[in-house]
Amino acid sequence: MPSIRQNAYPDLLPDFRNLGVMARVLVAVNAVALVGALYETSGFAAAFERFMQVAAFLEPLLLVDLIALSALSTLLARLPYWPGALVVVALAMLLAGGYQALVLALAPPAAPGLERTLVLAALLAAALLAYFRLHTKAFSPALAEARLQALQARIRPHFLFNSLNAVLALIRRDPRRAERSLEDLADLFRTLMADARDFVRLADEIALLERYADIEQLRLGERLRVIWELDAAPSDALLPPMVLQPLLENAVYHGIEPGTEPGEILVRIERRGERVHAVIDNPHREQANQRAGNRMALDNIRERLALFFDAEARLETRAAGGRYRVEIEIPYRRK
Amino acid sequence: MIQVFIVDDEEPARERLKELLGDIAAEVPTRIAGEARNGLEALERLPTSGAQVLLADIRMPGMDGLELARHVAGMENAPAVVFVTAHDQHAIEAFELNALDYLLKPVRATRLAAALRKAAAAGAPRAEQLSRAAASPREYLSVAERHRIVLVPVREIVFLRAEQKYVTVRTRAREHLIEESLIALEREFAKSFVRIHRNCLVARAAIRGFERSGGAEEEAHWQVVLDGVSERLPVSRRQWPGLRELIADNNSK
Repeated sequence: MPSIRQNAYPDLLPDFRNLGVMARVLVAVNAVALVGALYETSGFAAAFERFMQVAAFLEPLLLVDLIALSALSTLLARLPYWPGALVVVALAMLLAGGYQALVLALAPPAAPGLERTLVLAALLAAALLAYFRLHTKAFSPALAEARLQALQARIRPHFLFNSLNAVLALIRRDPRRAERSLEDLADLFRTLMADARDFVRLADEIALLERYADIEQLRLGERLRVIWELDAAPSDALLPPMVLQPLLENAVYHGIEPGTEPGEILVRIERRGERVHAVIDNPHREQANQRAGNRMALDNIRERLALFFDAEARLETRAAGGRYRVEIEIPYRRK
Repeated sequence: MIQVFIVDDEEPARERLKELLGDIAAEVPTRIAGEARNGLEALERLPTSGAQVLLADIRMPGMDGLELARHVAGMENAPAVVFVTAHDQHAIEAFELNALDYLLKPVRATRLAAALRKAAAAGAPRAEQLSRAAASPREYLSVAERHRIVLVPVREIVFLRAEQKYVTVRTRAREHLIEESLIALEREFAKSFVRIHRNCLVARAAIRGFERSGGAEEEAHWQVVLDGVSERLPVSRRQWPGLRELIADNNSK
């Protein structure tokens, strides 16, 4: 299971399916080629020409490497770090060697020597792995952890105390509903206090959304209407915990509570090919002093999505026609 | 028998307060004088309710509890006010500073009883206490009449002019008299109003331009031309330089 529990697994191979990782590999290898070309030649024009020659040889190999790695990424993720790293280096050498042989067969004079290619491939692969290892380390422990903890603590006290108050009002009139609401509240807080570093299933996150909405319904009654469009939601999709609930909470806090009239919130989650798409749409009320809090929550979620998905997640907001809409798109990942 | 009026936008919260009032009835006998879901609704119902104590939630749509209390303070026989809040750190600090009473949700019966007794004895809070506790300017000015409170939305006001002990509130359609100080109004609405004369504040949004008046011999002075009101208001020489900059800023935007 993908995880960013870097403390338990201090060294983790990069996720080769991630576009951010692929982009970094492409940029780094080409940069090395460019440096080599500059070193080898005397002028910029000559260097450029040399780089183009190298690139013509290099680029197909690189693409094959990336495809192979992304195809094998699930297998690689199961290996411990060092054997995994060895496999990656060996794979790079193997592909480079095979490619070299192929090029030799097609156009003998253009190809450099075999040993040199193998050594270069091994060195580059090892250097990139070292870079990713450092990157993960720099990104993870203290920094990421602190942010996640801060996020967990972010449920609004306003919500907690008002909910408890609403449940108290129920105890005499409708004890069963009061019981259910306290159970919902307990579930919600259990999730809030749980380890926020592991992915959760979308089905669980949706259950949480529904519990949260039930509690708010109790408080706000007919003022709150939530429309759920979840038929196309892939229940086995994995996502970071507490990404959708804060958005729904924002929608209630900014969209419903400031209004005297009933309001409608739309929650739509669906799978679009290899992506999971979520929309939360609520009435938009102009109140300048509330925006700061909202933006902070959104920034937090965006940051967390980046931690989990690097460049592959997207969060966008739009205010138009009296409605406010947040859209999230993440890659469709399963166990 | 204390007449209690309850304002809260959440129905369960109102129910809970009523339950608690029932629980403490032997100790502090009360009667529900009325209830409302927000400040605006409360202002319609309060003046004829005979309420002696107002239990007001702070965060409410339409008009919040603090602004409600400020309008209520102008009423004849204004009720005492006890704010009820789940968690508004800033508001609570402001209440402490200005000796205003509040209860935290969920409310305890004993605290409620104590607050009611204290409120019934202390009477209505003074307008200054409330205005100092308020974090944001009001959205309405109010004129307390015998059996109702007339609200004038601040965004409809064109100018405010001090006259003797009153301030004239001029909207496009009407004129009202309120008993407030122009200096306090200037401070509260500094964002939306600007002083043009010792006795006059004008809505920034209503300023259409300035006109020169007076012949060649006497010293010329400026007048402000306003949207929706034909009356021209004189600009004092002291305010003119600042105003001119303001207009220049607006034009350059």
